[in-house]
This record gives sequence, structure tokens and C-alpha cells, in this order.
Amino acid sequence: MTAGLPLWEVFIRAKNGLSHRHVGSVHAADPRMAVQAARDVYTRRMEGVSLWVVPSVAITASDPGEADALFAPAEDKVYRHPTFYVVPDNIKHI
Amino acid sequence: MVQALTTGLGDDALILGHRLSEWCGHAPTLEVDLALANIGLDLLGQAQFFLGLAAEAEGHGRDADALAYRRTEDEFRNCLLVEQPNGDFARTIARQFLFSSWQELLFRALAQGNDACIAAIAGKALKEVTYHASFAADWVIRLGDGTAESHRRLVDGLDWCWRFTDELFVGDHAALRSEWDARVHDVLAEAGLQVPKPVRGIIGGRDGKHSEHLGHILSEMQYLPRVYPDAVW
Repeated sequence: MTAGLPLWEVFIRAKNGLSHRHVGSVHAADPRMAVQAARDVYTRRMEGVSLWVVPSVAITASDPGEADALFAPAEDKVYRHPTFYVVPDNIKHI
Repeated sequence: MVQALTTGLGDDALILGHRLSEWCGHAPTLEVDLALANIGLDLLGQAQFFLGLAAEAEGHGRDADALAYRRTEDEFRNCLLVEQPNGDFARTIARQFLFSSWQELLFRALAQGNDACIAAIAGKALKEVTYHASFAADWVIRLGDGTAESHRRLVDGLDWCWRFTDELFVGDHAALRSEWDARVHDVLAEAGLQVPKPVRGIIGGRDGKHSEHLGHILSEMQYLPRVYPDAVW
């Protein structure tokens, strides 16, 4: 029965102030059904306060064949990480 | 009075919850499988609260478990609709739609009622039941307005369940009838379905007169506590 139904990607906001994060996918015929399915499959244990569903076909993915060109150049650029600052002891939550 | 009401509501929830658990691992899709199991678990939670209250009102030192697992068929007070076999998915949806729509109206009224315990349970359960009713209504529309086969199966499911709906409005619940009728008519109209023709309603569940199906449910549901009394895990 799911064979003919479109796939939707599911995003959950765990609590207010956080961004929606991808958690998985569901099959559904329309957006309303997709939200219901996402609710039933992914929020049974209080995982979130808000849901997004997006048709999987709307997602454009990067090409694995281009992975080297896209991502490898970042590997040796450690200076892009803010790790050279000394954080004072009395600054918490960083 | 409290005892009759809470036993009826608790047994409704317990038996329908068990029926829905029978779908676990057998539903048409993973999404629906989890949805039906979730609804079943919601109902089981409601059963625990209502039967706990019923046991207290009874005053014989029994608890919810004792009522669920140590009563015989003729001591159960659930309506006949909830003990009906699942049939196919369409019949299960028809049963859920008719029942949850009724439960939603009833719990909304009970949440405003005089009994603080019943009002608290009904108020909590109302959130769950509102989702059950809307989930089932959506599927009624989807199946009714879907393919020729889904339409036919839903019509069959509604026909099967229809004769058990009069029982929902016996006694104090009669006041819910007009609003329930209006709601059911609206959803069926949107689904492209006719309201089933009036049939002679079958009642008796609230008096402990059940169909042959309840005994089979209990034999499965009560097996373990009967064979291993007071087992813990």
C-alpha cells in the first residue's frame, strides 16, 4: 500500500528556540496525512513541539561523486574553527 | 451511578484498545501500524483511570487490574460496537470513526461535569480522543473518496457497525445524539457516502449481554493473569 505513496522527509523541533532537525521519513498521500504519520511515528515519546514535512522530491542532494571537490578542501583549514581563543574561566555555556 | 458510568467507559476503552492491539504488526503500512497502536495505548491508559475509579466506587478492595482481568463476560459493561471484530482496515476505521466521534462529544461534556475525578480524566483524555476522531474522519474521507474498492470496503464496514450505534445513546447519553448525527453526516457527505439506512439497533452491552466475540477477546486478554495469578515482570 505504501508502494504508490510519495515519500516525505520529517523534521522535528525538539523545543522552542531550537531549529527543526531531520529525523526520518514517512509515506503519505498528502501533506495532512504526512503530518499525522510523522506525529505517530516520530513523536510518541515527547520528541518535539513542532513538525515539518517536506516532499522528498523537493530535496536536491549533493552529488557523492563531487564529495572530494566539495568537502575535502575544508579538511586542512583548521584556522576556520574558533579554537585559538582562550575562553576565560568564568564564561560558562560555550 | 459513578460506578456504572466509569465501568462502561473503562470497559469501552479496554476492549477497543485490545482490538486495536490486534493490528500490531498487521496494519497495511508501518505508519498506520504505529497510529493504531498509539490509539490503542491511549485507550488502555483511559481504561486504567476509569476502571480505577470504578473499583474505588465499588468499594470491595479491587483495583483496575482486578476488574480488567478477573471479571467474566457478563460482568463487562462495554458497548457492543467496540467488541466487533476488526474485519478489514476499512471496517476498523468505520468503527473508530463512529466511536471516537461519540467519545469526543461525551468527554467534552464530562470535562465540564460535577464529578471532579471524572472531569479530570475526561479532560485529559479529550486531547487524545480529539486526535483519534480526526485521524479516523480523515481516513473515512480518504477511503470513501478513494478507489472503487476502498469505497466499497468502507460502505461494508459502516453497514457492519451501524446497528451498534444506537447503544451509544442509551440513557444519559441520549443528549449527544443530534450533534453526533450532524458530525457523522458531514464527514460521510465529504467522503461521498450515504448515511446507512436506519436499522433496528442492537443493544445489551451496558447490561452485560454481549456478542459471542467478547468471550474470545477475554480468553486471550485474560489468559496470562488467569494462569499465573499475581505474576509480576
